[in-house]
Amino acid sequence: MATITLDTVRKVYGGNVEAVKGVSIDIADGEFIVLVGPSGCGKSTLLRMMAGLEEITTGDIRIGDRVVNNVDPADRDIAMVFQNYALYPHMTVYNNLAYGLKNRGMAKDEIDRRVKEAARILEIGDYLERKPRALSGGQRQRVAMGRAIVREPAAFLFDEPLSNLDAKLRVQMRVEIKRLQRALGTTSVYVTHDQLEAMTLADRLVVLNGGNIEQIGAPIDVYDKPASTFVASFIGSPAMNLLKVKADGNGLALATGTGLKGPNTKGRDAYIIGIRPEHLEVVSAPGEGDGIHLEASVNVLEPVGAESYLYSSFADGGDEILVRVSSHARHEPDEKLYLRAAPENIHYFDAETGQRID
Amino acid sequence: MKKLQISDHIILLLGVFFMVTPVVLAFLTSTHDAITIYKEGIQFTPGGKFFENYETVLFEAGGFTKEVNGFVMLKNSMILGLGFAVGKIVISMLAAYAIVYFRFPMATLCFWVIFATLLLPLEVRILPSYEIVQSLGMVNTYSGLIVPLIASATGTFFFRQFFMSVPDELLEAARIDGAGPWKFFKDILVPLSQTMIAAIFIIMFVYGWNQYLWPTLITTDESLFTLVRGIKQILQVWVGAQIPDFNEAMALAILAIVPPVLIVVIFQSWFVKGLVESDK
Ligand SMILES: Nc1ncnc2c1ncn2[C@@H]1O[C@H](COP(=O)(O)OP(=O)(O)O)[C@@H](O)[C@H]1O
Ligand SMILES: [Mg+2]
Repeated sequence: MATITLDTVRKVYGGNVEAVKGVSIDIADGEFIVLVGPSGCGKSTLLRMMAGLEEITTGDIRIGDRVVNNVDPADRDIAMVFQNYALYPHMTVYNNLAYGLKNRGMAKDEIDRRVKEAARILEIGDYLERKPRALSGGQRQRVAMGRAIVREPAAFLFDEPLSNLDAKLRVQMRVEIKRLQRALGTTSVYVTHDQLEAMTLADRLVVLNGGNIEQIGAPIDVYDKPASTFVASFIGSPAMNLLKVKADGNGLALATGTGLKGPNTKGRDAYIIGIRPEHLEVVSAPGEGDGIHLEASVNVLEPVGAESYLYSSFADGGDEILVRVSSHARHEPDEKLYLRAAPENIHYFDAETGQRID
Repeated sequence: MKKLQISDHIILLLGVFFMVTPVVLAFLTSTHDAITIYKEGIQFTPGGKFFENYETVLFEAGGFTKEVNGFVMLKNSMILGLGFAVGKIVISMLAAYAIVYFRFPMATLCFWVIFATLLLPLEVRILPSYEIVQSLGMVNTYSGLIVPLIASATGTFFFRQFFMSVPDELLEAARIDGAGPWKFFKDILVPLSQTMIAAIFIIMFVYGWNQYLWPTLITTDESLFTLVRGIKQILQVWVGAQIPDFNEAMALAILAIVPPVLIVVIFQSWFVKGLVESDK
């Protein structure tokens, strides 16, 4: 177990592709960090630099208090779980788990003890003599986890380990990974593009965009106070409604069109406001209560079971807005809709930079 | 559909007929005595001299020096076939490993240079090759027979394609597991390549076994003759004396095709098994 420190880490591929642009993170001992962001934002690159599979262009990575920039992957005291599992196809499950320990010159009975222990924890004891091809996706995933556990490393690195599983198994393994990490208390860095996975697993989220960190924080803090429009639209599902607004007399209006009223609390000429679908309330008449009021008409009602999503738009077109309503709500297409968002649920972002305004 | 199948079968049967008949006739003829064959020609029925004839060709010394018999030639062919196949596999696997997994200057160029040698078969470079082997004093040695033949562009190409299809994560997992370049090769890549190795072994063994030109040049010592090279030489001597020993010629020919056939049969089942079960 150890801390991991990234100090302005950069990665440039082939002299011109800057995949990671000066990232600094302090990861505490035993912490579960999730790197989340859209495909191509540099998550894997960052993780692979921690693993030692990728050269660090500039900056330092420390595991514990040792700078590991030039340390071999095998000597960094880390274990990695890959998306496609990367099990050795010709070896039995037992040997898959034991291989790294053998290479380390560990005594046979100690290897045996560790493999059996990992097999017990992951409930793969019955398959130890099978080859990976004779296992289901979920079982292979467990073996891949087992290969990480037997090393008893200072840190686990996961690169989208659940992406190849079906939805149900993914939820199941997600819970299991969390439980396991809690039980072992091993520092973990987990890469995913799935914001739900990120929210549920992380002690702290690192939201990446185009090689930069957009925000670091506990999942609920990131959800409550997204640092930018990028984070706002990436974290939370369905995504936050973002509306361009401008000053209009004493109040606010949509930048392009009508249908929005509210106080200009920030006193700026133009900005972007964000309201989550779950924070929009359908009211019976316009203008009741404080906060922001919208007037829109219904496009589609989409029931998903526990709740329904109402897609609606302003009279003169422009942005579509999404509202979460109860699963029992009934709305017809083209029905007139009055919506309200309470002041505490409104997010303000700079119109140019997209940065949060508090 | 039905019609197509029938004609397919007819073509296949014809193919089998044309390929197998000469072999069967050679075998049948090899079980008669020389006089019968001399009088009546090719034989279509089994004769009673199977054991005598095969014992003669295997163990009775023939040739000019009376030092070589069929068994020795069989052994030499075996050494050439195995050395040739194993050598080619080892060399081409190592070459492909270097090309695929190591970043060295002009790796791609190296590969294409190796690949281009496909255009220069042994026959083209046979004089310089002979020159080199001779100046190294390797004429009439097994290594002179085998080593100059084992560089293989084909093998290198096949292994390169195969290695490139092995997922990178496997290499990365192995690196994290503390396997260095040699261990990765030995513990992961070689076992994964089993199927490839079997396929190339079959092809190369048969190819090596059937080498004629190079052994003819490089071995003048009869005790190093291979079967394919030796049959003619040895028979000429036998022929001179009395009635031509066609029975023994046929027996030697049959002996010369048995090992390659066995290799193909044995490894083919392996090969198919590997293909069916393969995953990476
Ligand atoms: N080996 C490489 N050579 C050049 N560019 C690369 C290489 N690997 C990744 N990249 C680029 O770096 C960026 C980040 O990639 P990656 O870290 O794999 O993204 P993510 O895992 O977040 O989807 C991408 O634009 C990708 O095209
Ligand atoms: Mg990735």
